[in-house]
Amino acid sequence: MISAFMQKKYLQFVALLVIFILLYQTIGPAENNLLWRLPPLIQAFPLWINDSISYMMFEWWPIDVYDPDIEEYEESPLVREFTRLTSGFILFLIEFIREIMLGGAKTIVTFAGWDWATANPWAKMPGLPWTVVAGGATILGHALGGRGLALLVGFSMTYISVFGQWQPAMETLSFVLVAAPVSVFIGLMFGIWAFRSKTVETILNPLLNMAQIIPHFSYLIPVMVFFGIGDHAGAIATVIFATPPMVRLTLLGLKKLGPEVAESGMMSGCNNWQLLTRVLVPTARRDILIGVNQVIMQCLAMVVLASLIGAKGLGIDLLIALNRLDIGAATEIGICIVLIAIVLDRMSLAWANKQTDYFSNLSFLEKNKYSLLFAVVFIVGIILAYVGQFIFPAGFNYLNIVPHNKGISIAPLLQAGVDWIWDTYFFALKGFNEWLILSFLMPVKAAYLGMPVIATFTLMMGVGLIVGGIRVALTVGGFLLFIALTKWWDRALITAYLMSVSVLVSGIIGITLGTLCAQNAKSTRFILTYCDTFQTFPSFIYLIPVMMLFGITDTAVIIAIIVYASIPALRYTVEGLLSVPETLQDAGTMAGVSRVQRWLSIELPMSFPHIALGLNQTVVFALSMVIIGAMIGTDDLGQLILGSLSDRNGVGNGLILGICVACIGLAIDQILRTWANQRKQALGLN
Amino acid sequence: MSLQNATSPSNEPVIRCESVYKIFGDNAESLLKKANGAVDAAKFKEAGCIVGVNNASFDIYEGELLIIMGLSGSGKSTLLRCISRLTDATAGKIIIEGDDILKMNNKQLIELRRNKMGMVFQNFALLPHKTVLENIAFPLQVKGMNTSDSIDRAMEMVNLVDLTGREDYYPRQLSGGQQQRVGIARSLAIEPDIWFLDEPFSALDPLIRKEMQDEFLRLQSTLHKTIMFVTHDFDEALRLADRIAIMKDGVIEQLDTPANIVLNPATEYVRKFTEEVPREKVLKIEAVMDAVNADVSLGELSVNANTIIEDVAESILNSNVPVRVIDDEGQTVGSITAAKIVHVLFGEHSINLSETTS
Repeated sequence: MISAFMQKKYLQFVALLVIFILLYQTIGPAENNLLWRLPPLIQAFPLWINDSISYMMFEWWPIDVYDPDIEEYEESPLVREFTRLTSGFILFLIEFIREIMLGGAKTIVTFAGWDWATANPWAKMPGLPWTVVAGGATILGHALGGRGLALLVGFSMTYISVFGQWQPAMETLSFVLVAAPVSVFIGLMFGIWAFRSKTVETILNPLLNMAQIIPHFSYLIPVMVFFGIGDHAGAIATVIFATPPMVRLTLLGLKKLGPEVAESGMMSGCNNWQLLTRVLVPTARRDILIGVNQVIMQCLAMVVLASLIGAKGLGIDLLIALNRLDIGAATEIGICIVLIAIVLDRMSLAWANKQTDYFSNLSFLEKNKYSLLFAVVFIVGIILAYVGQFIFPAGFNYLNIVPHNKGISIAPLLQAGVDWIWDTYFFALKGFNEWLILSFLMPVKAAYLGMPVIATFTLMMGVGLIVGGIRVALTVGGFLLFIALTKWWDRALITAYLMSVSVLVSGIIGITLGTLCAQNAKSTRFILTYCDTFQTFPSFIYLIPVMMLFGITDTAVIIAIIVYASIPALRYTVEGLLSVPETLQDAGTMAGVSRVQRWLSIELPMSFPHIALGLNQTVVFALSMVIIGAMIGTDDLGQLILGSLSDRNGVGNGLILGICVACIGLAIDQILRTWANQRKQALGLN
Repeated sequence: MSLQNATSPSNEPVIRCESVYKIFGDNAESLLKKANGAVDAAKFKEAGCIVGVNNASFDIYEGELLIIMGLSGSGKSTLLRCISRLTDATAGKIIIEGDDILKMNNKQLIELRRNKMGMVFQNFALLPHKTVLENIAFPLQVKGMNTSDSIDRAMEMVNLVDLTGREDYYPRQLSGGQQQRVGIARSLAIEPDIWFLDEPFSALDPLIRKEMQDEFLRLQSTLHKTIMFVTHDFDEALRLADRIAIMKDGVIEQLDTPANIVLNPATEYVRKFTEEVPREKVLKIEAVMDAVNADVSLGELSVNANTIIEDVAESILNSNVPVRVIDDEGQTVGSITAAKIVHVLFGEHSINLSETTS
């Protein structure tokens, strides 16, 4: 009897469900009942964090620093000096690139001082005309990736210019051009270090797991405290967020290499440095490039969020447009961000795949054609910009720069479209919205909030126990306990509700659609392209259309999450199904299976581990979107994190809230991953 | 083991291994010290260690082709890796041109590899991001040779291995055989004295394998490198080797010429290995010829003592009188009759022919 129970997992699940329901029904809300809610024992944590950070910033380890203004040495805390130096350096880099594109005097001021700059008003970087930058980028595109890439780059740059987004776009670009290489460099270093040393890998692994799930907002707050507000702070936050995937993929790529590659390098007489830079890293470049790709995507995803701590550029404009519910403008800016993302992505790929030609005997002209072409574009562009002064009215020299928001705009058209949709489908949309909220979302939310803490623990730890044994159950319990002991358990329940509803729907959509699309080669290719493209979009972009249709409601947030989070579910399903070995399919065919039987008895079980990992990603995507959803008004953890951004003492709160979100993600990750691994082992897929 | 080799002009070995041990596991060194030279693989396994190479001692002479032969897990690749110091041997001495490479520091080792050693790998191990030409030029470039010189030299190598016209291909665009030609060219680009080949043809189809073996023999006939060649294919070993070392569980069971291994298997294991081998493909005339005897009248026909029996069997069988056997200088060293050949071809294999060898 007992042994039968131990063997049949579904019986265990049924029993667990029964216990859960019993607990749920018997324990009602009560102020002091520990089974209902745990006391907020660690609510002092945020305060300690605040205290220790301000101690570190303002008192710890004072050093003598020379102050040129008063010509004396002054005491200043080490950390503060360090962050000040870093900020200054990064800001200088950003400004430098920015002024090449747009002109200005800050770079010169850095070297010569304000007094000199004000005394010599001519000393100013003139800024390149947009034609030169666009032309240069197009030439670079051609040099790297041929005609196709050149066309893409040319089109994107022209779009940005004629739509009057040149200035913010260049501001964004300058910030990405600093943040992305820094992230790639740091990520590569840490990845290699972890590859070389087992200890480093063991230390880094949990940190990376954590870093991937802690919401973006939470990074912003400590960065703000340490580095202040501005472009540099945005860039630093971006680097912190974009580096973990780079580390992870570098490590993954290096670990995948067989021993022969390293051995062949050693037998070729490489020293350690040559082995690393010329053999290992280039051979692992497939994964490392995916890392670079991820970095660029993360950078652009952060463009909007970084604007919350003072980064200039498209992000802040998009934020304002969204706040004004100006869908037209938001769409235009959104397209700019997406275009920059795609262009940078493709250019970095093309650069990495370039091949050298050793034998062609080229003339000087051929060898330097790109430089010469750029020189021509440069001169022509400047002449045009000069001539433009006389053609166009003052301040509107379109050949130099199309002034911000003075270009072509399709915003009114888009707005009209939105209005039309509203007018035509008002009742349908409103009806759907109200129905969803009143008869589904509200009851589910209430059900989550009415869950006694003991029931939640039983359910989650029970699942952990059934799936992976006592160790998993305890880990899951530990994550939950952390949240339960803060004062935000109810908020966390709301986050969990938003997340689980959308993960459920995303999962169903992803698996069904993925299965359908995997049936033939054409639709497979289509859906993978769809995933590639939509993954490039910064998560913020998804909020634009849903807000347009559903306004500021839970419906809008949930739909945005579903669209965003179904991408990994889709991709992993398709890839999982494709990875089912041909011979198994043939064996099935010869056994005479029908289409549905094949799916149920061969394809689905075989690809299950893959799909489970997809669901894991879906959870991560959903969580990050739930938090970003705070921007259009939810009342979960995300809202509080957003709130602590504007709080003087928000660091502690923000961090602990972020860790709470991460704990939700990690608890589910723990269960899904164990499950996937077990299935993998059972199927012999390692 | 007596080491007499016809192809070696000097008696100084190029590579000398003295009691080389390689034992994998955390406490390998202390266990080895305790064992005091008598390593028992089964006992070590209980202690959590795996014996890769067990007390290997042998010499390799200049221009010699030594094949290390064994089934998978026999330690043959491990032995090769110890000698190229891709893994560090646990104990013993490996002396290359007078220096113990186990005592070399990283810098000396790199110098050695840059100037003296080349290696070919089973799965080619080409750099996927470099073209054929760049792959071959790679060892030259890490040595510090400038781009145009290294490319010129690499182009010579491309021609040498018959890949002319494919120098701009990437490894993924080549067939397995072609990829291994690149691997061979790369390993030879620095003109090494010592050439390691680790199952170089095992990943290839049988037909291509044969073709590559021919190619290999052609190269070796002009280059005369000192070679250590690892394989699990006995036919390949017989075809190519000057001497063969047969390994089992990390121990070298026998190290000898192909003929002696076939004729005088030292252990039961080696005997099983050689059981199915057709004698005429392995044995040279000198192994079965009769000593010079003035009473026997010899015909016009003469064969070289170094020829493989199979190659001349037909003409000897067609001769009515015993055939003269000569050495490289044309001196008569013996004679051979058709009956002897018939015996080799069709006689009982278990008969020990060694009594007829001089």
